[in-house]
Amino acid sequence: MRRSTLALQVGMLARRSVVRTFRQPAMIVPALLFPLMLLAINSSGLDSATSLPGFPTDSYFQFALAIAFVQGALFSANSAGTNVSADVETGFLNRLSLTPLRRVALLLGQLAGILALGLIQALTFLGVGVVFGAGIEAGLPGALVIVAMSLLISLGFGCIGAFVALRTGSGEAVQGIFPLLFAALFLSSMALPRNLIENSWFQTIADWNPVSYMLEGIRSLVITGWDGEALALGFACAGGVALLALAATTSALRTRMART
Amino acid sequence: MSRGGFTSVALAVGRRNVHNYFTNPAMIIPGLLFPLFFFTAFAGGLSRVDSVPGFDYAAGYTAFVYGFVLLQASAFGGIFTGFSIARDFESGFSRRLMLAAPRRSGIIAGYWIAAVTRALFNMLMITVVALVAGLEIAGGPVDLIGLYTLALLVNAGALLFGSGIAMRLRTMQAGPAMQVPVFLILFLAPVWVPYDLLAGWVHAAATVNPTTLALEASRGFIAGDPTKVLPAFAVALVLAAVSILWARGGLRSAERAA
Repeated sequence: MRRSTLALQVGMLARRSVVRTFRQPAMIVPALLFPLMLLAINSSGLDSATSLPGFPTDSYFQFALAIAFVQGALFSANSAGTNVSADVETGFLNRLSLTPLRRVALLLGQLAGILALGLIQALTFLGVGVVFGAGIEAGLPGALVIVAMSLLISLGFGCIGAFVALRTGSGEAVQGIFPLLFAALFLSSMALPRNLIENSWFQTIADWNPVSYMLEGIRSLVITGWDGEALALGFACAGGVALLALAATTSALRTRMART
Repeated sequence: MSRGGFTSVALAVGRRNVHNYFTNPAMIIPGLLFPLFFFTAFAGGLSRVDSVPGFDYAAGYTAFVYGFVLLQASAFGGIFTGFSIARDFESGFSRRLMLAAPRRSGIIAGYWIAAVTRALFNMLMITVVALVAGLEIAGGPVDLIGLYTLALLVNAGALLFGSGIAMRLRTMQAGPAMQVPVFLILFLAPVWVPYDLLAGWVHAAATVNPTTLALEASRGFIAGDPTKVLPAFAVALVLAAVSILWARGGLRSAERAA
């Protein structure tokens, strides 16, 4: 009985979250358009970088495809954070706190919207990649793993956005973290493989930056095939960020609901 | 009297916007942060690209990226001032300003003062970071005057383009309509590698993109080897002149609505 109540609560909030996400083209369009724009510009602009000795492929488009998945996931933080902060600002969470709704249902429900957006992004980027000739070396199973990793990354970044929104209750604060997440993408092995980065300070940052390993996990499936180490590191980093962010969001939600 | 009206309006609008800019970090950060990201990420992460066969820019990759980021920071100074114009319309300030100003063209001149101040500040910060990161400018004083004059022309073009949109639409929702075209025209140029190394459709776009000339001229100034200076300044002046007409049209549209 309790389990079915929880499922019902999660289902209703998930439906609301998904419908709300899809009713806002301003959230979906940039989340698809900007990663594709960057992919199109960089893949032509930097194609000559493939002639560097040791570059793993002769197509920069194939190399850059992974960036679209991670950049798209960054938009999840914005999307989730904006939706949660709107719930705080409009008093929706205040009203919910007067009902017997369980916190876990609220959290899972909110995350459904992020995952729905993440799924659309992943399928779109995969489709664009295949149509424009970036074959997935690991085949169809590899494509499924890419989608799974992409969803995990979206979940992690989405939880970061939700955490900031719950802690601050401000949409502006959520917008403020976007440049920081963007910096995390730019200070990674986004543009070149880590072993080809010349500046040692940049290489050190890229080595410590979990986004590098997320990119390399997806990239390995596109370029190399099945690379256990790259996949393990990619999933560990994406999962670690998601787990930490989820724990922080749960704690912030507890505080927010207690305050209200 | 008439000239005095123009000057006093321009100075008042300029002073207000410069004050708002320097007292509000939320206005400083976006226009500065993105060029800094690009500089750090690409001068740091992509420096190996200068060993690609055919990469013939002698001043090095940091200087190569600096040439682009300088123009980007300058253009953003103009576009983000366009955002301020839209915000002033949305808040109702511009309606009152239009009623009070004896010469309304002074309003655009005032925003231009603010845009130039923003661009100079952005360029100063980018230059300091670039010098710390190892930028070496081989050009002499005349080259530097050419470089920064060109950047300010780009700034004026971006501001006038943005103000034309802001004054026609009079809402902050016009932000993407100002930012996206400027973003695209900047990036569909030889941003990360020289023109000859571009491939595919970006090569075709860069061929007809006027930013390519400005970018090559600015890199020539930095390297102390002026390149395509006259065509770059001619195109920049023509674009600025067309943008003046566009901005005047926007002002007329705002006057009709006021």
